[in-house]
Amino acid sequence: MSTNIAQTLSAGQSTFPVNTIRTDFPILQQEIHGRQLVYLDNAATTQKPLSVIATLDDYYRHYNSNIHRGVHSLSEKATAAYEASRGKIKDFINAASTKEVIFVRGATEAINLVAQSYGRSTLKPGDEIIISEMEHHSNIVPWQLLCDQTSAVLRIIPINDDGELIMEEYKKLLNEKSKIVAIVHISNALGTINPVKNIIDMAHAVNAVVLVDGAQAVAHTGVDVQSLECDFYVFSGHKLFGPTGIGVLYGKQELLERMPPYQGGGDMIKMVTLKKTLFNDLPYKFEAGTPHIAGVIGLGAAIDYVTKTGLANISAWETALIQYATAESEKVNNLRLIGTAKEKISILSFTLDKIHPHDIGTILDHEGIAIRTGHHCAMPVMDHFQVPATARASFAFYNTHAEVDRLMQGLNKCLEIFG
Amino acid sequence: MFDLKDLYQEVIVDHNRNPRNFRKMQDADRVVEGFNPLCGDRLNLYLKLDQDQIADLSFDGSGCAISVASASLMTDALKGKKVADAESVFDEFHNMVTDNKPHDAEEIEHLGKLAALLGVKDYPARVKCATLCWHTLHTALAGNKKTVSTE
Repeated sequence: MSTNIAQTLSAGQSTFPVNTIRTDFPILQQEIHGRQLVYLDNAATTQKPLSVIATLDDYYRHYNSNIHRGVHSLSEKATAAYEASRGKIKDFINAASTKEVIFVRGATEAINLVAQSYGRSTLKPGDEIIISEMEHHSNIVPWQLLCDQTSAVLRIIPINDDGELIMEEYKKLLNEKSKIVAIVHISNALGTINPVKNIIDMAHAVNAVVLVDGAQAVAHTGVDVQSLECDFYVFSGHKLFGPTGIGVLYGKQELLERMPPYQGGGDMIKMVTLKKTLFNDLPYKFEAGTPHIAGVIGLGAAIDYVTKTGLANISAWETALIQYATAESEKVNNLRLIGTAKEKISILSFTLDKIHPHDIGTILDHEGIAIRTGHHCAMPVMDHFQVPATARASFAFYNTHAEVDRLMQGLNKCLEIFG
Repeated sequence: MFDLKDLYQEVIVDHNRNPRNFRKMQDADRVVEGFNPLCGDRLNLYLKLDQDQIADLSFDGSGCAISVASASLMTDALKGKKVADAESVFDEFHNMVTDNKPHDAEEIEHLGKLAALLGVKDYPARVKCATLCWHTLHTALAGNKKTVSTE
């Protein structure tokens, strides 16, 4: 792919080189049940470009070794690649320093780390943690656990029937007892883009710290943690075209410095005696044990790919796709969209007639179309809309208008079978 | 290549649309709730026994087409049967939807209408939808629990 796409491409969908891009993703070139695969489960995990696959292969083939402590050549090469990835991530989210970029297993582990390290060491009984009704379970359960441990109280920002946060209610929840606000940047179940800058400013006005769950956001929109002024930002590599099992916790340095370690072990220490341990500096203080070295290096390659393609181009293409998909879905009988926020990304969550989403999923699979069906780890969202589950098609920049058509044909087939 | 109709064939679609024995039983001897966290299928199974015989069997709840049709077909097949016979039908059905073998005409014949559910074999993720009601019945017959989950 050409490196100057970012410069030459205006927002026009017609110039986005989707066919070239698709050749970068080998997994897309296959048939499922005799039909060309249409992969529309990108909110669950994204596919990997050849450059990421080749990077992993190269690491394991040519310089697999442990990092930081080795004095031999392979270790030095692996360490350099690992730390170079940290630099790429720092630039990607515009962190002030690589000390603020901590590698973890994924967004889930990052949230648990903040809850158990920052939360557990600072919260007092009666303190309040604010989350929202549209959170993924990974941004609910760690806080419930923390509340059990500290006698803090969990408060919930409700959503409206378009799947948007009710900001007036959020405003009412904020008070001097509010200590942590943990909010999703973009909802995985609804596609809603939340006004995180506003949310952060309002929280800071009462001295609460803010964690933003960016798991769905980083692949679709540019993130600038300094401009957001968020205290913590978390995301997973596998939703950003990188490997599974690797993710990032961004934290403001002054907060991370004050926080106790989350896990003890090798690499997070400066010196250990049997009586006392001197912890390592940031970011290593939070990276106990041998990390997922290949994953980190692979994530760096994924970020290179996304940067080269250009998030503005990606976003423009995906916006065109979701507008088309939404318009086409309105032509399908008895299709009800779940999540109709004014600001949303390329996620189409819906129910169809009285057909259970899992039956939709199985019928579409037979047509070679992969979507997600179920509660999307957001059971409170399902409760709000009084549905047991939804079907969800989520688009990435390698998806096409023709694939939207295939989806709609599949949905009409569902109606035909259950007609 | 198999056809999708192997799973969503008319009998399944019909039993999903008009489930048999879909009612709350006021005078049930045993009521057991079955839950499949994958699909969110949730059913209540109502069992009335007359000594060693299933005098009445009904269900209500909500779920995917496979789970509703399966419960409908099961209740239809087992009403009036002896408990021991129901257990052996359970074993036969469960083995046939979970093993990896093809089945001969005689085996399929022996299952009767329940054979309509054999299509789930091609969709391993959906086998639990078909077996939920059976596990729930198994628990109801054993009479020792109030809820059963497929997980």
